[in-house]
Parts: sequence; C-alpha cells; structure tokens
Amino acid sequence: MTFIVNILSLGIPFSVALLIASLGEMFNQRSGIFNLGCEGMMAMGAFLGMLVPYTIGQGADVPGIYNYLGLLLASGVGALLGLFFGLVVVTFRAPQGIAGIGMQMFGVGTAGTLFRHFIGGTQSVPGINTAPIPGLSRIPILGTLFFNHNPMVYVAFLFVPIAWYILFKTPWGLRVRAVGTHPRAADSIGIQVNRVRFQALAVGGALAGLAGAYLSLCQVKMFSDEIIAGRGFIAVALVYFGHWHPVKIMAGALLFALAQALQLAIQGLGIDFPYEFLVMLPYALVIVVLAFSRKSQKTGPSALGKPFNREIRT
Amino acid sequence: MTKRFKTGYRIGVIVLAIIITMLLGAVILWAIGADVFKTYMVILTEPLKNKIGITEVLLRMVPLTIIALGITVAYRSGIINIGAEGQMAMGILATTAIALAFPNLPSGVLIPFAILAGMVGGAAWGFIPGFLKAKLEVSELLSTVMLNYIAAQLYTFFLRGPMLDPAELTMGSGTPQSMRLTRNLDLTRFIPGTRIHSGLFIAIGLAVLIFLLLWKTSYGYKMRAAGASERAARYGGINVPKYLIIAMMISGGFAGIAGSIEIAGVHRRAIEGVTSGYGFSGIVVALFGGLHPAGILPAAFFFGLLIYGADMTQRLVGVPANMVQVLQGIIILVIVATKMVLANPYLMQRVESKFAAIAAKRSNQEVQA
Repeated sequence: MTFIVNILSLGIPFSVALLIASLGEMFNQRSGIFNLGCEGMMAMGAFLGMLVPYTIGQGADVPGIYNYLGLLLASGVGALLGLFFGLVVVTFRAPQGIAGIGMQMFGVGTAGTLFRHFIGGTQSVPGINTAPIPGLSRIPILGTLFFNHNPMVYVAFLFVPIAWYILFKTPWGLRVRAVGTHPRAADSIGIQVNRVRFQALAVGGALAGLAGAYLSLCQVKMFSDEIIAGRGFIAVALVYFGHWHPVKIMAGALLFALAQALQLAIQGLGIDFPYEFLVMLPYALVIVVLAFSRKSQKTGPSALGKPFNREIRT
Repeated sequence: MTKRFKTGYRIGVIVLAIIITMLLGAVILWAIGADVFKTYMVILTEPLKNKIGITEVLLRMVPLTIIALGITVAYRSGIINIGAEGQMAMGILATTAIALAFPNLPSGVLIPFAILAGMVGGAAWGFIPGFLKAKLEVSELLSTVMLNYIAAQLYTFFLRGPMLDPAELTMGSGTPQSMRLTRNLDLTRFIPGTRIHSGLFIAIGLAVLIFLLLWKTSYGYKMRAAGASERAARYGGINVPKYLIIAMMISGGFAGIAGSIEIAGVHRRAIEGVTSGYGFSGIVVALFGGLHPAGILPAAFFFGLLIYGADMTQRLVGVPANMVQVLQGIIILVIVATKMVLANPYLMQRVESKFAAIAAKRSNQEVQA
C-alpha cells in the first residue's frame, strides 16, 4: 500500500513539467504549428529559472521571491524563443519538422554554453519547497497524494481548466482553432492567420520555458545538460496522445509520470535487475502509445504543419 | 528578369544568411563576454594550422559524411531521420560483438564482416521507425528520438554488463567500456603520428555509391519520387511505404557503418560518448551540403572544422565547446529560412522592381542634371 502511495505521490509532481509543456505545445499545434523545438525552449527555461536565484538571489533579504522571478524570466524568454521560431516557420514558411530540430539544438546548446559560463559545475539551489495545504494535507493517504506538493504543482493543474476555457470558450481560442483547421476560411473572415499563430507560439514558448524552470527550481533543484532528458519530445507526443484536448493531455502526462515514478521505485527496491531497461520504459511507452493512437492523428488540426500563404491559392 | 540579377539576388541572399548566422552566434558569444571575432577566428583557422589539426578535422569528417549520406537518402525519400545517434550506437554494439566473438579472423575478412554487422545493427534500428511511419503513420521525428534514448540505455547496459572489459572487472575502476578489440579490426592509420585512418576512403566511396543509388538507379528514382510528392508517386504506381522503409533502413545502416568505422579506426574499443552529437550534426551536414553527396563531402569537412575548432575555444578564448551546438542550431534555422526565400519568385520580383525603380530614378536625375 505504501509502495503504491509512494509511486502516486511521486508521479504527480513528475507529471508537472510534461503537463505544462504539452499544454503549450497544444496551443501551438491547435494553431497549426508543429513545434519540435519544445525541448530546446525547456532547456533554456531550466537554465534561466535557476540562474536568477543562483546569482542575484543569493544572500538577498527575501530569497524566495527570486525563485518566482526565475520562473517569470524563463517564461518570458520562452515566449521570445517561440516568436523567433515563428519568424522561421510562419514568416519564412520553413518546413516545421526540420526547423524544430534547429530550435532544439539552439536552445539546448545555448543553455549549455551559458550554464558553463555563469554557473560552471553542479550547483544546487534551494528552489521552491513543498507547501502542504494546512489541514487538508493531514488527511491520511489523500493528504500526501494531493495536498502536500510544491505550489507550482497546484498551479500546473489549475492550468488545465484554464487552458480548456481559453481554447474552447474565448474568442481567441476560437481563432486559434480556426487558423489551425482552415486558415483560408479564417483569413476570409478577417482573422490574421499569421498573427494568431505568432500569439499561439508565444504562449507555447512561455509554457515550455516555465516547464523547464519547474524542473530546475522545483523538481531537480539544479541544472545539468541532461535535465530535460527528452521531456520536450515526450510533451509533443502527449499532444497527439491527448487528442489536442487539455484534460486528455493531463491524463497522458500523469500516465507517463507514473511510468517514470514506477521505474524509480523499482530501482529503489534493490531488485537485481539492470536499471537501464527500467529507464527505457517511458520512452518505449511513447512509441507504443503513438503506434496505437493512429486514428487520433487523423482527427488532429487539419492544417497542422502547413504554412499559410495568403498570396497563393492552394 | 535578367540572369545577372538572378545570380546577384541569390548570392546576396546567401551572403545575408551567412551574416545573420554570424550575428546570431555573436549574440550568444557577447552574452558570455567572449571576444566574438577572436572566437570565430579560433574555430575557423586554428585547426588548420598544423598537420595534427588538419587530420583531426578529417577524422571527424568521416562519421559526419557517412551519417549525412544516410540522412540524405531518408530526407530525399520524405522521412527525417533524427535517430542516427541511436542507430550508430547499435552499429557499434554489433561490430563489437563480432570483434569479441571472432578475434582471430584475418583483417581482410574481419573488417568487412564487422562493418557489415554494424550496418545490419543500424539498419535494424532504422527499420523500426520506418515501419512505424509506413504502416502506422507514427511521426518518425518522435519515434527516432525515443529510440535514441532507448539505444543509449542499451548501449550502457552492454558496456556495463556483457561487453565489459574483464580488466575493468578485476582492477575495479568500473569504467563502462569493452576491452581493446582485436588488432585485426584496426583500420590503417596512413599518416604516421596522426589518427587519420583509411575510413576516410570508405566515406568517399560511400558518397559515390549514394550518388549512383539516388540518381542512377530506378530504386533511387522511386525513393526521390516518394519524397518529392507522395501522392504523385503513389499515382505513378510506386509502393511508397516500401520505399520509406528501405530508405530508413539505408539511413540507419549508414549510421551503423559510421559507428563501426569510428570504433575500428579511432577508439578501437567500445567506449561511452562515441556517438555524442553526431546524429544531430549529421542533419546539419546533410542540409548544408544541399542533400547531395558532392555537397556533403565539403560540408562534412566544414563541420568537422567547427566541431574540432570549438574544442579548442575552451582553452584559447574560454568559450565552452557547447557553442558548436548553438551554431549548428542557428545554421539549420537559417538554412531552412533561406531556402524558402530563394524559392519565392514573388519576393525576387518585388526586390527587382524596387531595384528597377531606384535605377530609373537615378537615370532620370542624370538626365535632368
């Protein structure tokens, strides 16, 4: 019983980085942009998030504030990277898959370069600590499962209904879905397709940066080159898995995080089993899930991956 | 539109692209307080100053060329292979297994056999995303990345377990690596005092082979047709899924060969970090080389230079070697954007009419004067 509770209470915080990043990617893809650069944006976010408390935050009167400044900076730069990606794939209409690889290398490389210069080696930060909700966290089992987490965990799960509301209930959400499904029709009723796509990319980038900063400030509390470890790519896969819907994406993020928690928990049991095969588990799961969600890929945004050109009829 | 204007336009766009690339790189260099000009000079010229440097660049050119050739086959067939790193690792494992199992085979037999095994290892790893893409429409971008992580774990598993150097076990330093492989597998180092090995000629030979395959055989024609327009190819009676899988297996096979040659020529045992970054660098080389063997060879040399030069910047100007990844990322983004600019006839017309207007104004002024 405790074993299961352990896995579950480990899995929920593990799911947060995936959840935030894939909600951002959902906005990108809903607007028709396939952003494979998510991994790079997360790496930048992870580095910048940690940089603020590590440098100017050290020895300050209220060091806690600098953690949140770090989160803010990470999302801001993430949004800028999203706009930069937009310049390449929206303005220049470059093929999105290959441009995403470039973005990924740029982000991971820049984070690594800056990290070596500004921080150097393995340095940890106090980061943001768990904030048990008074009263509720004392409930046996449920308390440890749901009410004894990092504040960002609560925020991340709050993002799910917010994302749902924005996407399905606001005019902007409607525009995003319109430009991702039928950009020409959207254009004909006066929606500025490229502008909406840029906006979606900024939102997606900001969330990717935030997800990265969550890793370095709340989960691992340090930065290393391997900190993202493919989470950006898994986040992209989760969007397919979750049918471009926030709630289903949340379910997917939890599933993968649980696989990861299970993997760690089994390692912790000390069974003599090569751990490499356990580490593979989440990645293998992505491939299996993608192979079996074939049908869903056909129901995705129909203009996904297709640049829009007002001047040429297609 | 005059031909002179067209060439001038193209050259202008490319020069602009190079300047933008250098400027974007300079932003990052400036952020870490490095001397921008000196850093670029070190990366681009320092390796070429002596024999060792040049051969080290050529040494890095070998795997880059072979991997980029494989990526080109896939790209031309409409599938982006970013799994070369994993495929390379599988190739290394296969080669190591053969070398460990048959240490007494003569070189003439063992080397082709081991390289072939590497190719099969890589091709098998490339088959998975190819099959998933062709039959189940799984995005190869995601499946190949995931297979990279899986291959990396398999690789450490074998180096820690079944293939671990017995000496490591007794001495107890625990470095995950295989034993020194049989000398019969060694590729000749043809310039004394350097590490450059005969794999260079294999890479050039493979470039010719890929040129022949893609442009001189019906297989290549069908693969390129499938890549250029899937629907048209299907309409023309080409079995697109079949060629996707074949292209992906060739792509993986080449990455496997690159791994084999790297082991037989450079490291001579399977160690960690052999594949590091080569998979993604191979993509940049393939794109930079215009997805053509004749372009890939010089492109591989150039990126060999960048990678080796970036190793030196840490010591000489204090810029981390990760800078090369930054530059590669920027180069990809700039190349794909530049390609679209060059392919846009409307933009060219617009620029030309601007130029014509300026020229007309000037001649008017001259007339009035």
